[in-house]
Amino acid sequence: MGLLDKEFSDGNILIANVEDLLNWARLSSVWQLGFGLACCAIEMMATSMSHYDFDRFGVIPRNTPRQADAIIISGTVTLKMATRIKRLYEQMPDPKYIISMGSCSNCGGPYWEHGYHVLKGIDRVIPVDVYVPGCPPRPEALLEGLMKLQDKIRNESLRTKSA
Amino acid sequence: MKNAEEIFEILKQQFGDAIIGIDKDTPTEPIISVDPLQIHKVGAYLRETDGLKFDSLMCLSGVDDANGTKVKDAEGYEFIQSGTLSVYYHLHSVELKHKITLKVSAQREDAKVESVENVWKTADWHEREAYDLVGIVFLNHPDLRRILMPYDWADGSHPLRKDYKNPEFYQGMKVPY
Repeated sequence: MGLLDKEFSDGNILIANVEDLLNWARLSSVWQLGFGLACCAIEMMATSMSHYDFDRFGVIPRNTPRQADAIIISGTVTLKMATRIKRLYEQMPDPKYIISMGSCSNCGGPYWEHGYHVLKGIDRVIPVDVYVPGCPPRPEALLEGLMKLQDKIRNESLRTKSA
Repeated sequence: MKNAEEIFEILKQQFGDAIIGIDKDTPTEPIISVDPLQIHKVGAYLRETDGLKFDSLMCLSGVDDANGTKVKDAEGYEFIQSGTLSVYYHLHSVELKHKITLKVSAQREDAKVESVENVWKTADWHEREAYDLVGIVFLNHPDLRRILMPYDWADGSHPLRKDYKNPEFYQGMKVPY
């Protein structure tokens, strides 16, 4: 079943499911917070550039959390930074999504044992929707992560609270 | 251009007991030991005197020598008692193209070293880092705050100490894996 149920030939009238329409709108314009942390941010920037072109999936960096839909945690999260990330997350309006990019933000990465200053996974502070593995992940992997997020948004329901 | 031994002789003549000795058996350059509470005037002299002119502090490093005795506390946690913490100064003269390494050692329990911040401005943040990570207190430093760890990190908790113990939680976040 597609997005549109029925199309009338004689006017500008379309019939669609409200949920499907909202979900389609949301997943087609995921504005990410312009926020980079470490080497993963370089790959994230590469993903935004013309070769991989994040924009073709509707992803545009937005420089304020108040107008962003998603945040990509792209790199090592120090304890000092974690408090700031939490604040940024709280400033974002609902619905908001989080992609955890790379080993560091997934679980601490190479700093898991001796990183006295590193948070061992951003999911200890904010809820993560999609984890992208890699150190750092290639742009293809980040695109895959985005598409996984889009799948998640596509199946959301207005009646049940998600995230 | 002077070598380390010539510089040592000049300093010894000028400052006497404040210059503790010279260690020539190092894999790299010789190291001159200085009294931690007189390093400021030695530094100022090295910088200003004709024929020495050490105008650049290339690096200032705090080191935990871990040369004390290991003691276990009531909970079975092993920590180091007594011994020293050291600060190394790598100096370079751009004008005369010579180099020298200085070292000061202070007691671990009460590590106080004179600041050289007003001799070489570079020392400002370097000393803050040595304070933050190793816990060496620099006397007369204008702004001795933590520089890398959060400002509200536990007092007396310095991560690069060899007997450092990571806290369980920081601001409600679990720290260990």
